[in-house]
Amino acid sequence: MKQTISVLVENQAGVLNRITGLFSRRAFNIESLAVGVTDDPTISRITIIVDSGNSVVEQVEKQLNKLVEVIKVRTLDENTFIGRELMILKVNANNKTRQDIMTICEIMGAKVDDISPTSLTMELSDTPDRLDTFQAMMRPFSILEVARTGVIAVQKGGGKI
Amino acid sequence: MNGAQALIESLLQEQVDHIFGYAGATICPAVDALKEHPEIGYTLVRTEQNAGHMASGYARVSGKVGVCMVTSGPGATNLITGIATAYMDSIPMVAITGQVPSSQLGRDIFQEVDITGAVAPFSKHSYLVKDANEIPRIVKEAFHIASTGRPGPVLIDIPIDIQNQEVKHFHYPEEVNIRGYKPSVKGNELQIKRVAEAISRSKQPVILAGGGVWLANARTELLELAERCSIPVIKTMMGISLMPTGHPLNLGMIGAHGNHCANKALAKADLLIMVGTRAADRAVIDPGEIQRRMATIHIDVDPAEIGKNMQAAIPLVGDVKVILQQLLDRNITPPDSAAWLERLRDYRKAELGRVFPKREGYVFPGTVLRKLGAKLADDAAVCVDVGQNQIFTCKYLPQKNGRLLTSGGLGTMGYALPAAVGVKVAQPDRQTVVVCGDGSFQMSMNELAAVKCAGMDLKIVLFQNQVLGLVNQIQRTAPYHGPFGVALDGSPDFPAIAAAYGIPSLTVSDEDKLDETLDRFLGSEGCCLLICRVHPDVSTTD
Repeated sequence: MKQTISVLVENQAGVLNRITGLFSRRAFNIESLAVGVTDDPTISRITIIVDSGNSVVEQVEKQLNKLVEVIKVRTLDENTFIGRELMILKVNANNKTRQDIMTICEIMGAKVDDISPTSLTMELSDTPDRLDTFQAMMRPFSILEVARTGVIAVQKGGGKI
Repeated sequence: MNGAQALIESLLQEQVDHIFGYAGATICPAVDALKEHPEIGYTLVRTEQNAGHMASGYARVSGKVGVCMVTSGPGATNLITGIATAYMDSIPMVAITGQVPSSQLGRDIFQEVDITGAVAPFSKHSYLVKDANEIPRIVKEAFHIASTGRPGPVLIDIPIDIQNQEVKHFHYPEEVNIRGYKPSVKGNELQIKRVAEAISRSKQPVILAGGGVWLANARTELLELAERCSIPVIKTMMGISLMPTGHPLNLGMIGAHGNHCANKALAKADLLIMVGTRAADRAVIDPGEIQRRMATIHIDVDPAEIGKNMQAAIPLVGDVKVILQQLLDRNITPPDSAAWLERLRDYRKAELGRVFPKREGYVFPGTVLRKLGAKLADDAAVCVDVGQNQIFTCKYLPQKNGRLLTSGGLGTMGYALPAAVGVKVAQPDRQTVVVCGDGSFQMSMNELAAVKCAGMDLKIVLFQNQVLGLVNQIQRTAPYHGPFGVALDGSPDFPAIAAAYGIPSLTVSDEDKLDETLDRFLGSEGCCLLICRVHPDVSTTD
């Protein structure tokens, strides 16, 4: 089962190394990981998606908490958080296919960032599932490049972790 | 004042009175600053790994943080095994390493290695110092982190230019405030109540005590709880010396290499109370089975231990000493365990009365250890190595009120001799004995130099069977096809080695002469090496 762990850490060199090192040596598998600074410049938020059972996730949480630079750890409840991922996708496009691609973009809410005689580059921010769908729809046109950020997430409502 | 002087000044603020180390180019400023402070003792090791083990022995008997200091590159990598050994046994330690100039970091210059990166998996925390003005805060934090919560090694890596950087205003902080580090101390009252009720309700309770009890300095509380509630106690290797062998509630060590009676008690209990132990594979072979068969309580300072190897029914996180006191304060109604104790007493009697095999021209380690233990001082410290010598000692050495120190977690051969040096540095008057095999002794016998320098009266028992005994034993069972690469051919003449360091030795190969030889050995002045000839086929299951 995929679970989203939100981690607040000291914004210092080497912290990410400690976190990823911990995952590899405890044999926990990371599905995706995204890092960015919070509104407090001394704190970064790391959003980690793991695909594991509850007992593994509990152990991940505890081991993360043991790291001195980790300030807070929370496994987000599936139904009560907003998780989004950004994708930039470049696809082959010519006069014949461009309109079809644009239609899909419209349906999925993707934005065109760049155009050339032979390609279209689009961005889409959405849930990982919808990004997968968009990517699948683009595949017949021959995808040139894909970049995805990994999910970032916050809880719904007024609370914070 | 420069960074190096700020470092030594900070160590003085932490009441450091001894450093185990090995100098090299990049740590020279710190060594130079140390020279000005004869109040801090210094032991020059012969290889850096042993600086870690000495600091460990020192820390374990003194309760203080052990300190070692080595140079960059190979000095730092040699120390790694010492750090990992300390980490696996949760020993409070601060390791200081020199580093190449910060402007050159990452260029693979002479004696450069990313030591903070290398020790990340087996250190509690580490620092790479980038500004000498940060040294007081970092040292304060390092000692705090190393010694609180679940103790462990912390490394401080200091580039040589930072050691030479001017520190404008030295101020040693009074307090530590790390927002991501707040170890729990007190146990949750509701859980305490549940534990108390579970104990009262049980019929066949057993306490499993580990090294965490020593680390929390909670031996008195543990014994009091066991005695008040008449709960028998089994121990892991790290907790072995928590109780005298003759104590009516003591059932010995559990595990694959443990005492039969202890394993029987664990298998038949209806309530298992784990205190300061992680229940690793060598101690608890099948945690799943234990969970299915009995109620379990897990008391530990590290929340990550709860549910890591075993999912306890009642977890209780906090300082073991504080929690045991909370339990004692509850005046728990003792369980009705008379029948249970009666049964266990018979098991224990059979174990202690075990008759050891005899072989002409050799001594059996169990026989030696039984006699040795009886002759030791009440508070003697015994440092034991890894291999058959460790198993025999943990199983058969009679415990009084002293300490048994061994590398229980990592199982590092060569631990015993340097650890004993650390014990002697911390407590020069304490009777200290090393037990090792001819394999492990050869891994650290170069440290006899430290013994000689300080004129330490260490007593070293060397079981010489001319083979790596425990590996030999494993190789002789399926699926392996017999011993290979374990014969210790080419071993030196040990009495001659000892003599080269000015240390006298005795050799015994006749059990009838054991008493007399042991008396001479223990009664001798200064350090002495006792070589016990053991048959190469001897097994720990004999």
